[in-house]
Amino acid sequence: MKILHCPLNGPRNIQEFVYGGEVTTMPDQDAGSDSEWTDYVFLEANRAGLVREWWLHVASGYWFIAERDTSTDEVVRTFAPDRRAVGGRAPDPTGRS
Amino acid sequence: MPFGLLKYGFARNYPARGLLPPATELKPRYDVVIIGAGGHGLAAAYYLATRHDITNIAVLDKGYLGGGNTARNTAIIRANYLTPEGVAFYRESMALWAGLSDEFGLNIQYSTRGHLTLAHTDSALRTARWRAEVNQHLGVDSELIGPDEVSRLCPSLNMSRETRYPILGALYHRPGATARHDAVAWGFAEGAARKGVEIHQHTEVTGIDIRSGRVTGVKTSRGPVQCNIVLQAVAGSSSLVADMAGLKLPIRTIPLQACVSVPMKPFLYPIIVSGSLHVYIWQTARGELVMGGATDPYPLYGTRSTLDFKEGLMAHILELFPFLSEARVNRQWAGMADMTPDFSPVMGLTPIENYYIDAGWGTWGFKATPIAGFTMAECIAGTRQPPLIEPFRLDRFDDFEQVGEKGAASVGH
Repeated sequence: MKILHCPLNGPRNIQEFVYGGEVTTMPDQDAGSDSEWTDYVFLEANRAGLVREWWLHVASGYWFIAERDTSTDEVVRTFAPDRRAVGGRAPDPTGRS
Repeated sequence: MPFGLLKYGFARNYPARGLLPPATELKPRYDVVIIGAGGHGLAAAYYLATRHDITNIAVLDKGYLGGGNTARNTAIIRANYLTPEGVAFYRESMALWAGLSDEFGLNIQYSTRGHLTLAHTDSALRTARWRAEVNQHLGVDSELIGPDEVSRLCPSLNMSRETRYPILGALYHRPGATARHDAVAWGFAEGAARKGVEIHQHTEVTGIDIRSGRVTGVKTSRGPVQCNIVLQAVAGSSSLVADMAGLKLPIRTIPLQACVSVPMKPFLYPIIVSGSLHVYIWQTARGELVMGGATDPYPLYGTRSTLDFKEGLMAHILELFPFLSEARVNRQWAGMADMTPDFSPVMGLTPIENYYIDAGWGTWGFKATPIAGFTMAECIAGTRQPPLIEPFRLDRFDDFEQVGEKGAASVGH
């Protein structure tokens, strides 16, 4: 069993989580070009090495960010999303906004 | 081939046959450099040499011949896809597969067994009927069959109605087959080498030279090589190689695990697949059960095996074949699969002139080996996208013309 450390719920079996994709920045909703949207929707950096990615703890509906090495499958750290760090559209972990 | 085999069988001695000529130094320049000496890259080299008379080719691989996903698939060949684009493509692949042993003079153990995609729900039956209609329309032998016929074709299946997912019917694809995966790579390699193609193993490409939007050569662990044309055929590492050329792909690299059991008495002739149970299973000629399921739940550049995967897989296999509860797993492995958003490959031209791509092979690459090589050779020789792979062009993601194959390409849906 692989354990993932959820910032809200603590260490849990990784089967309770769903991978949510690379942390990227959404193009400007009015000014973004078609190619920027193609990149955002379909293309992946898909790097081998340390990456930042979204994960969801399904049981509690909580989204957070993990830094994981995609060559070794080692999760270096997990943390609550900071609105500023991800372009101002992160879900509020407290669910109050 | 049959007479050759008979003669060989009655011969008094069996001289060993070296498939490839001894390794040589890299030449400073080639017409075509193919990155990746797997089935697809070797097939492209073979068809360039035999059908288009382009023989000044180097096939480079950082590992050894056929040591990547060519060695890590589960060797199933079928054409019972869902989209007309996919069905036509894999139909042509099967036509090539059937003639490969003769063409190579090497037995690739192509074995037609029939392929059953089990349906456990009304919606799965509907999808099976849909696939059968599309298949038949395009000349592919598929039909929807009921539980009695399923039981007749595979008497060892658990047909009880008292299970979690009773078998309500199946999509029966009569031409479904298996082949010896290594032999396919060897056959293409030997045929290409005989025409003068150089295959350089343990030669890693470390950079791609591009001048004013046009590829001019590659850097390798054994020095630089100039060339007119580059083809990358490195499923599993597609994004990493494309990144050297400055291309970003619609691909996530996700492991696909599989395993085989200890050998046992033959009881399973057709290939059995269940989308609902995320399982496929078939029995090799030497009695081992080859088993696989859905891809891993998240991306990884690694080929480790997990207990989670096997627990889930075995639980589902026991629903179909309860008597296997005491069977032991003999070997396990994983391959790195290029998963695309529409479960279709990425093939052909790229925004870089003379740089060609054969990627996005997800969990469906082995069966496409001959036709992928054939059409990529056609693409390179004609410098345009052949009609058969027009739907799989890289820029389909720019104009939203994806080829939605999720319902038939994988068991992980």
